[in-house]
Amino acid sequence: MGNILVIGEHHEGKVKKVTFELVSKAAELAATLGGEVDAVLVGHGLQNPEELGSYGAKKIYVVDTPKLEKYNTEGTVKVISEIATEVKPSVILGTASSLGKDFFPRLAARLGAGLATDCTDLKIQDGKLLATRPIYAGKAFVDVKFETEIQMATARPNSFQPKVTQAGAKAEVVSKAIDPGALRAVMKEIVKGQSDKVDLTEASIIVSGGRAMKNAENFKILQELADVLGATVGASRAAVDSGYAPHDMQVGQTGKVVNPNLYIACGISGAIQHLAGMRTSKVVVAINKDPEAPLLQKADYGIVGDLFQIVPLLTQEFKKILAE
Amino acid sequence: MKIGVLVKQVPDTETKIRIKGDASGIEVDGIKYIVNPYCEFAVEEALKTKEKIGTGEVVILSLGPTRTVDVIRTGLAMGADRGIHIDDGGISMDSFTVAAVLAKVIQNEKFDLLFCGKQAIDDDCAQVPQMVAELANFPQVMVADKFEVRGDKKGAQVHRRVGGGAKEVYDVDFPVLIGCEKGINTPRYASLPGIMKAKSKPLAVLKAVDLLGESKPRTIAVNYRLPPERKAGKILKGEPEQMARELVKLLREEAKVI
Repeated sequence: MGNILVIGEHHEGKVKKVTFELVSKAAELAATLGGEVDAVLVGHGLQNPEELGSYGAKKIYVVDTPKLEKYNTEGTVKVISEIATEVKPSVILGTASSLGKDFFPRLAARLGAGLATDCTDLKIQDGKLLATRPIYAGKAFVDVKFETEIQMATARPNSFQPKVTQAGAKAEVVSKAIDPGALRAVMKEIVKGQSDKVDLTEASIIVSGGRAMKNAENFKILQELADVLGATVGASRAAVDSGYAPHDMQVGQTGKVVNPNLYIACGISGAIQHLAGMRTSKVVVAINKDPEAPLLQKADYGIVGDLFQIVPLLTQEFKKILAE
Repeated sequence: MKIGVLVKQVPDTETKIRIKGDASGIEVDGIKYIVNPYCEFAVEEALKTKEKIGTGEVVILSLGPTRTVDVIRTGLAMGADRGIHIDDGGISMDSFTVAAVLAKVIQNEKFDLLFCGKQAIDDDCAQVPQMVAELANFPQVMVADKFEVRGDKKGAQVHRRVGGGAKEVYDVDFPVLIGCEKGINTPRYASLPGIMKAKSKPLAVLKAVDLLGESKPRTIAVNYRLPPERKAGKILKGEPEQMARELVKLLREEAKVI
């Protein structure tokens, strides 16, 4: 049997886009493996898990318990490892999100499974999973082969397209009453960030600013552009180190490695560490005063000019066409 | 209070990566090695915690070839008390076998608290800390950007950074493993007397093969390669208004991302 188990993620009970992406990819892999795709959702107050059926999932194992309303590493690992032990998938897939990054290695160690993290591509070769992942923050790539019966991988958000293959199909929802056990490191509360924006690592459009932003106040013009596009604002290390932006906005080797469909770099020259962190962006726009800026040479579209002039103009133009 | 710090030696972030002719790995000639930046935060947090509690021992653990001793000495120069170098003897290891070996040493040492970086910036796997926590039976808080020892000195309040600028606040009892994120502290520089003193601090050397037991690699990385170079695209020309209009049009009609 070559079944694939996708570990789904949700936000306040609503299944996240990354899970639809992953189930779609899993359906493609399962067709080659000759198995089916099932999924697991863990949490409290989960809504409409059966919707994953139209993306190709057959059964959704749901563990809905107030004990895991707040995320807990060990509780999540215990619950999923019990389901995996029972349903014996040959592949377990998850998302390289703050959750998936946290519990997948621990789950893999418990299940005796090999794990490839933060993958940008997955395929089946000779009946086994072959996972492609960036290393050195994207300066190089490797393929990972597995030596274990259970093969596990986490995928970077935006790596796959969500695809409805069976419109209207509803997956069978199987409720599982599994006790998460004694919880040790217990979360007391979640302190929300200043904005409710999608995280950089999951954003499909990013507007980023560099040292040329000159101060924190000026990031406002990037925020205005981002608001029009539904984008998330990022920053280069130079901008973060100068105090213009907080560290959780940093894109690069010692910040966040991002994978958007569109990356708009404003006043970022393009240090090697920054290029590494945004290299897998599908389309790159660079706006820079300096025609020699390395990022202009790597961009799909470049504008040599003053970002303080160009960015507000772009905001206006996008507003116009998006209103049409 | 016995505090262990897991430290990894990695190529400097300025390194231009080159691939070996047979695609079996990266070319290591001429690479300058540094302490993994996130591990530096771990060393600093361990030293701060010992100072706060007022007593205890900070032990640096690092697995790797002979050159790895340099990062242990750096930790000792910053103020750690002793080091343990686990020599990999050139055998090929994956995240799991590294974690298995480290967990064995950790269980022998009986640490009350473990600090490590949230990830190493070479292979970017971000697997070893959580696997160590599982194998050595520690609870974990990864991606921590704040760590405050509780008044009773038997636990701590920890902030874990998650997506979108949000933070999860944890209350944990020791023992626990903490994976450090940038922002948790500013690592101190090793002072000259610190560097001199480090030379005489105890540094034990163990061999990975002696600690592996039945553990075998569960994954193999193959086909190392450079990413395709991003080709230079279009540089737009004209007045600012004109360029802005054209860019928006291209993004919608040519690139189809808007």
